[in-house]
Amino acid sequence: MTTLPQTTGKKLGLVIDLDTCVGCQACVTACKGWNDQDQGRVKGLSDQDPYGAAPSGTFLNRVHSYQVTPETGPAQIVTFPRSCLHCEDAPCVTVCPTGASFKRAEDGIVLVNEDACIGCGLCAWACPYGAREMDAAQGVMKKCTLCVDRIYNDHLPEEDREPACVRTCPTGARHFGDFADPDSAVSRLSADRGGYALMPDLKTKPVNRYLPPRKKGAAQAAPLAPLLEIRASGFAGWLDRVLGKI
Amino acid sequence: MHPAPSVILFTVLSGLGFGFLALLGLGALPVSGWGAFTCWGLGYALAVAGLLASTFHLGHPERAWRAFSQWRSSWLSREGVSAVLTLLVLAPMALSDWLDLGFGRWIGVLGAGLCAVTVLSTAMIYTQLRSVPRWNHWLTPVTFLCFAATGAAILAVRLPWAYGLCAVLALVLLAGWRVGDGAFARAGQTIGSATGLDRLGRAEIFEPAHTAGNYLLREMIYVVGRRHVAKLRVIALVFACILPVALLAALPVHLASVLATAAHLLGAFAARWLFFAEAEHVVGLYYGKR
Ligand code: SF4
Ligand code: SF4
Ligand code: SF4
Repeated sequence: MTTLPQTTGKKLGLVIDLDTCVGCQACVTACKGWNDQDQGRVKGLSDQDPYGAAPSGTFLNRVHSYQVTPETGPAQIVTFPRSCLHCEDAPCVTVCPTGASFKRAEDGIVLVNEDACIGCGLCAWACPYGAREMDAAQGVMKKCTLCVDRIYNDHLPEEDREPACVRTCPTGARHFGDFADPDSAVSRLSADRGGYALMPDLKTKPVNRYLPPRKKGAAQAAPLAPLLEIRASGFAGWLDRVLGKI
Repeated sequence: MHPAPSVILFTVLSGLGFGFLALLGLGALPVSGWGAFTCWGLGYALAVAGLLASTFHLGHPERAWRAFSQWRSSWLSREGVSAVLTLLVLAPMALSDWLDLGFGRWIGVLGAGLCAVTVLSTAMIYTQLRSVPRWNHWLTPVTFLCFAATGAAILAVRLPWAYGLCAVLALVLLAGWRVGDGAFARAGQTIGSATGLDRLGRAEIFEPAHTAGNYLLREMIYVVGRRHVAKLRVIALVFACILPVALLAALPVHLASVLATAAHLLGAFAARWLFFAEAEHVVGLYYGKR
């Protein structure tokens, strides 16, 4: 059914901390690695011409980088991971003609049933965030599953029952949890740090939250200035004084 | 958005087909015998050809039947359902006109209403998308309906209706371009709101997220050929609206029908190509492209 559930029991999603993300692309690789495993009829994420002149492939998570220039002070680089936000009013679900796209009533995860997908691509058009990519080899739509095959997977050690991107992030910039619970770690983290949704005006009600980079006071002086203060001593000091007099 | 030829063919041909079927259903073109057979056959052929073309861009056309299931929420599904329903409902009317069975005209009127619903559903597939501001406007369904009505009136040489509809279509196209050109800016999404980094300052691309192409860049961020927008708009207007009027006024009925329809279709293809190529998806903001 591509009508959306009225409410979902849990609202599982991610908090992505733009303050600690260093743009290492580990989550991109971990996501691709985990989701590239063939599981029965569901195949991995194909690549086209991977070692050739014009490589291209299917990814569920990508990391952008932006330069942000404040009103005053120097510019800053912000690296920005982008994956499905598991929106509450997911337009990608309601446009789907076949019922392949759906949002789970129990935990809010937005998924694609690849056996029913006709590969029309309309859901990817409807997503404002570019979170869906058509697999060119399989002709079906791929998207972030919130690693549904990890988080409930009893065969994995307890510490691995979280999304691959969260598990792998070396700086702990990605957090996974339930936003329906106001006391969950992700809810509190988002509340404390001013977590925000992307393009809220588009009325998709994203579940994922982004934490803004912390405001760092503008550098007081040029960072290399202290080096100019160093006073040479010994032979170098003598040379400095002599050369200064010439 | 990437202007896929199959989708352009589909929307233009099925639009004309359903417009013509509606006209026949209403009895606006008095036909009987083999004339009726030819006319209804042409309407059905156009509508079905368009629908078939629409399956060419699917990853799994063999599963297309599944698209009839989600009519409660999906305009694409509604379009499929109403298209098939229309073709079924109009069948007895077509038979009646052909074999002179004398069925009530109400069947045709009902079918004509369903034709309008089908064309409207096609347009709503695009209109509903907030992610593509240029399409997200009531002028989109008005344009699709005008194309269907105008094409049908030209094909059937219904004068002076065809003249009037050509004029209306021209105005609607001009209004659509006028409104559409400012739509992205009015929607108010920027690289700052897409990333939320407007909280910090002015955001720009530092380096691309990936050096290779991907589905998003190919499908959603189609920038090729926008250079020729002005020329194509003139071509669309001249061929879809102006030339048909001249041809209909100057030529004998049958020749006028063929040539004016051909000209109109050419203009319609140009306009539909622009409809896709000019539409900018907000995902382009993440890539610093539109
Ligand atoms: S981010 Fe896109 S794909 Fe994910 S739920 Fe929202 S609209 Fe759908
Ligand atoms: S591509 Fe598949 S999942 Fe997306 S709208 Fe079409 S049928 Fe549904
Ligand atoms: S939750 Fe899983 S599927 Fe989604 S981005 Fe992270 S690793 Fe990829």
